[in-house]
Amino acid sequence: MGEVVLSLKDFRVSFKTLLGEVQAVRGIDLEVRAGEIFGIVGESGSGKSVTFLGMMGLLPKSALIGGSAEIGGTQLVGASKATMRAVRGKRIAMIFQDPLSALNPTHRIGAQVVEMIQSHTEMSAKQAMTRAIELLDIVGIPQPTVRARQYPHEFSGGMRQRVMIAIAIANEPEVLIADEPTTALDVTVQAQILEVMQRIQAQLGTAIVLITHDLGVVAQVADRVQVMYAGRAAERGIVDDIFSRPSHPYTLGLMRSIPALAGERLTPIAGSPPNMLYPPPGCAFAPRCEYALPICTQSIPDLRPFGELETACVRAEELQLGVVAHG
Amino acid sequence: MAEPILEVANLVKEFEVRGSRGLRVVKRTVHAVSDVSFHIEVGQTLGLVGESGSGKTTVGRSILRLLEPTSGSVRFKGVELVGMGGADLRKLRREMQIVFQDPYASLDPRRSVGDAIGEPFEIQNISGDTKKKVADLLELVGLSGDHARRYPHEFSGGQRQRIGIARALALNPSMVVLDEPVSALDVSIQAGVINLLEDLQRELGLSYLFIAHDLSVVRHISTDVAVMYLGKLVELAPAEELYSRPAHPYTQALLSAVPQPNPVGERNRQRIVLQGDVPSPINPPSGCRFRTRCPIAQELCAIEEPALIDRGQGHPVACHFPTTHLVEMVGTAAV
Repeated sequence: MGEVVLSLKDFRVSFKTLLGEVQAVRGIDLEVRAGEIFGIVGESGSGKSVTFLGMMGLLPKSALIGGSAEIGGTQLVGASKATMRAVRGKRIAMIFQDPLSALNPTHRIGAQVVEMIQSHTEMSAKQAMTRAIELLDIVGIPQPTVRARQYPHEFSGGMRQRVMIAIAIANEPEVLIADEPTTALDVTVQAQILEVMQRIQAQLGTAIVLITHDLGVVAQVADRVQVMYAGRAAERGIVDDIFSRPSHPYTLGLMRSIPALAGERLTPIAGSPPNMLYPPPGCAFAPRCEYALPICTQSIPDLRPFGELETACVRAEELQLGVVAHG
Repeated sequence: MAEPILEVANLVKEFEVRGSRGLRVVKRTVHAVSDVSFHIEVGQTLGLVGESGSGKTTVGRSILRLLEPTSGSVRFKGVELVGMGGADLRKLRREMQIVFQDPYASLDPRRSVGDAIGEPFEIQNISGDTKKKVADLLELVGLSGDHARRYPHEFSGGQRQRIGIARALALNPSMVVLDEPVSALDVSIQAGVINLLEDLQRELGLSYLFIAHDLSVVRHISTDVAVMYLGKLVELAPAEELYSRPAHPYTQALLSAVPQPNPVGERNRQRIVLQGDVPSPINPPSGCRFRTRCPIAQELCAIEEPALIDRGQGHPVACHFPTTHLVEMVGTAAV
């Protein structure tokens, strides 16, 4: 495995609202290594997107950010605007679910790639355009010279997402954050985009953080995965280990809810996620967990080693859910 | 064989849109649904799958006459719906209901849940103890009768979808069109709604047209599955048959593109990655509409449109060269 390129320590995000403080991310520790695809899985409101938007300085002013987020020695929490500008697009780039709203409808595609190149390098306009066309070619856009002169509305959803990837990798960042990059796309187009991302990771060695709600997507492309629930990590490990021997009741619950894995009858997770204005004491999953004991609500569990994985379930050893998952 | 509750024959729905050629405004036709035929038997579920723009939602709405079909026939319990007038249609609508995808958009935020569920009784002039009926319906979908006084914003996405289902069931329909009913829900919540739909079908003898793009959900809930591509039905088969032995190249590509939650299997899996995008329904390709992306298309495919033919296995396919071995022929192992 490569060296650590991005590291978060006790990373926190909360939002000030009229009703109080919504604690969206409540202490995340993680390290992303060079050249890996790191999957972040969770359902709506688990804090998976907010963590990385907060890290990139892309949240509104009402967001309070705490802890530490470092990319190769540069601290991002509390960094100046100039520092953030130097990092965004150069060392960390991000792509989103909806590529249409991320592209400027009045500028040609080529010019938008050139803008990104020139914002971090001294390249001449001509050189930058040559590079832009090369990038469009790398992400699999046919006839890149012609397409560079077109506007976003002339591109399909999948092609727009390819353009976003081209812009994101323009300056060969160490880390690419992909926030639900295929959620808005049809499944045959999703397959194309995942293929592009895997190729980029293999060719350029870019570390990719893939944020998604789709366990299938993670299984297909990720090397490691972290499962998130209520702003905390539930468990983390190599994809094969997590899928074959989940240690956390929440992960097991997710898997039993998926029609492809469940048998005749699906097993939903009872209840609903907690209100993050008042997160429950201890393990946030305890109120919905069939295995919860009084000990679960005493203190917030941190990730700790458990076999090949890291888990936040205090009962992981006695429960041995991996065995249950196969039974 | 069971009695068909719904028979759709040669359904066509076209939309006129204004386009431009240079500075001239020209009328163009979107061929949303072209010559689609299928039937649903009592108490069964037909899954209708396809990607965006395949026409699956248009089929659902044309059946309910929420859209006026351009031509074709829709027979519900033997009665022709196309061309039927106001009063008769309203009566029949008691028996055919719809649940929409977005539980946030399909409930009026200013009406209490009880009002929303009770509205069908008002519209249909059905007297009686509406309050009691509403409470019963809420309990039927796994909520509590007390919830009737609350407003939509007080409910989560999964609960709202249950409210949408309660409203659809208010008038004791025998058929329900479910248009992406669980697509907006998280997977742990989705499972509960799917279970509810299955329970209701068994208890009330409902027939479903289940429209969705999520192939594993469709497999789970459907008796038969129909696959649409660019307004055409390309394949129709019992669910297990379709998933284990798909014969149309598009169906095979679609199934091979769905990532399964199994990392080891995914690594060794052969997959067909289709090139390009779905063509415009304004000017669909000649012959077979899939031929522009089909890895095994031949000359004939551009000339002659393949009919949806049953080659003797109760599994009609609209392809000149059907094969169940496309993955072995053109698939590439995942990277």
